[in-house]
Amino acid sequence: MSMFSRSPWILHYDGSSCNGCDIEVLACLTPLYDVERFGVVNTGNPKHADIFLVTGSVNERNIDIIQNLYGQMPDPKVVVAVGACACSGGIFARAYNIQGGIDKVIPVDVYVPGCAARPESIIDGVVQGIAALEEKRKKRAS
Amino acid sequence: MKRTVIPFGPQHPVLPEPIVLDLILEDERVVDAVPTIGYIHRGLEMMVERVEYTEMGFVVERICGICSFMHGMGYCLSLETIMNVEVPDRAKWLRLIWAEISRIQSHLLWLGLGADAFGFENLFMHCWRMREEILDIFEKTTGGRVIHSVNRIGGVKRDVSDAELAAILVRLEELGKAFKKTASVFATDPSIAHRLVGVGVLSPEDALSTASVGPMARASGLATDTRLGGANLYDQIDFQPVVETAGDCLARVAVRLREVEQSIGIIRQAIDKMPKGEGLPLENRPRGNPAGEAFTRLEQPRGEVVYYVKANGTKYLERFRARTPTFANIPAMIQLVKGCELADVPNIILTIDPCISCTER
Repeated sequence: MSMFSRSPWILHYDGSSCNGCDIEVLACLTPLYDVERFGVVNTGNPKHADIFLVTGSVNERNIDIIQNLYGQMPDPKVVVAVGACACSGGIFARAYNIQGGIDKVIPVDVYVPGCAARPESIIDGVVQGIAALEEKRKKRAS
Repeated sequence: MKRTVIPFGPQHPVLPEPIVLDLILEDERVVDAVPTIGYIHRGLEMMVERVEYTEMGFVVERICGICSFMHGMGYCLSLETIMNVEVPDRAKWLRLIWAEISRIQSHLLWLGLGADAFGFENLFMHCWRMREEILDIFEKTTGGRVIHSVNRIGGVKRDVSDAELAAILVRLEELGKAFKKTASVFATDPSIAHRLVGVGVLSPEDALSTASVGPMARASGLATDTRLGGANLYDQIDFQPVVETAGDCLARVAVRLREVEQSIGIIRQAIDKMPKGEGLPLENRPRGNPAGEAFTRLEQPRGEVVYYVKANGTKYLERFRARTPTFANIPAMIQLVKGCELADVPNIILTIDPCISCTER
């Protein structure tokens, strides 16, 4: 697949998620789904990452953290919002400390629905993220 | 000596969730740790004012995606107490079985994360491979992998046929056999012992004075287990709390290793004792709005959880409160981190099995 000409490295941050999506993100790395086969690596370092996977929504406290992590990632970069909370606030949209989806603070390229998002759909979201990344790369080159 | 402050978190490779510890170091030794929380605070408890009590159960379930089943169960139990609902027998047994399956799930998840924290990635993968089997059982019986939404006020939403239960038991026992091999790695591998033995020792006195709960307290020799109270049919189950006495990181691992096997045993007894047959009643739905208050205690994988619900006769509850096990274990964790070496901090933090989204809601 030409899409996988480079290994996309992923940075995961848990906004204010219930853990459901986070453990599904981790499950993608483990033997049943094992995305590392395709060179997708979960890194803890924003400077090494191409794709920013965010679970959970934005609250007062994590706005700065999310912006900071996004700012530290080198261009071109892609943001994938995983789960209903990251897309729109989800079931917690009515909670007082929740401001809404991740797109309130950083530009989001791919939205992955589901509560909790299934590993299959997270992988699909990452694959779409890779396509968006290639797109951005081409734009930069031209 | 020169003091250094190292911020640990909120985004840290060892933690899937954000919490901040400002570690104050003298050379390599941690002399103090200041926790800062609030990164996952959603304001879930206050949502009772905006979400009807019938729907709130689904919100409560999302306190945490790892112990989601038990949170839903605790909320429903509280309202059943307030509304004087008698839950059908089969529903009670199904709840007990699902609760124990979720304990196995949570412990396997944690054992994997723990292995990852001390750098044994292979073991992490093995634990999570086994955990997928459990998630498969959950998906077949409830429809969801991590969020199940099978609890209703008055019972459960789905039945599991007797044949299916028997198949689940066979599957769990196979898993138990495979797990023995993995458990022996945790127990005997010298590199694991090197990282965990004698690290982060919590004495029984300290466990008591910091009010630790769950595996944390049991690893320090305290035989506390909310299930011993006998509520929710546990009085019909023959089991003893798993207790270790060393109080170090390895003891906390050992407690969870043995609890996986214990839970399989409990599920075996439950399947044996529950009423059999098709079409048995599962739900006794209450009418009207609740009025009154209730406390509910449950033994979650991480320890005792307490729910308080106050209802005022309207469809919105007046107060909902959950005291989660991680919150109870944080004082002990801070105490353990003081005096340890910097390289041991991830292990100590992980062996309390922190669930930040439970803690902050």
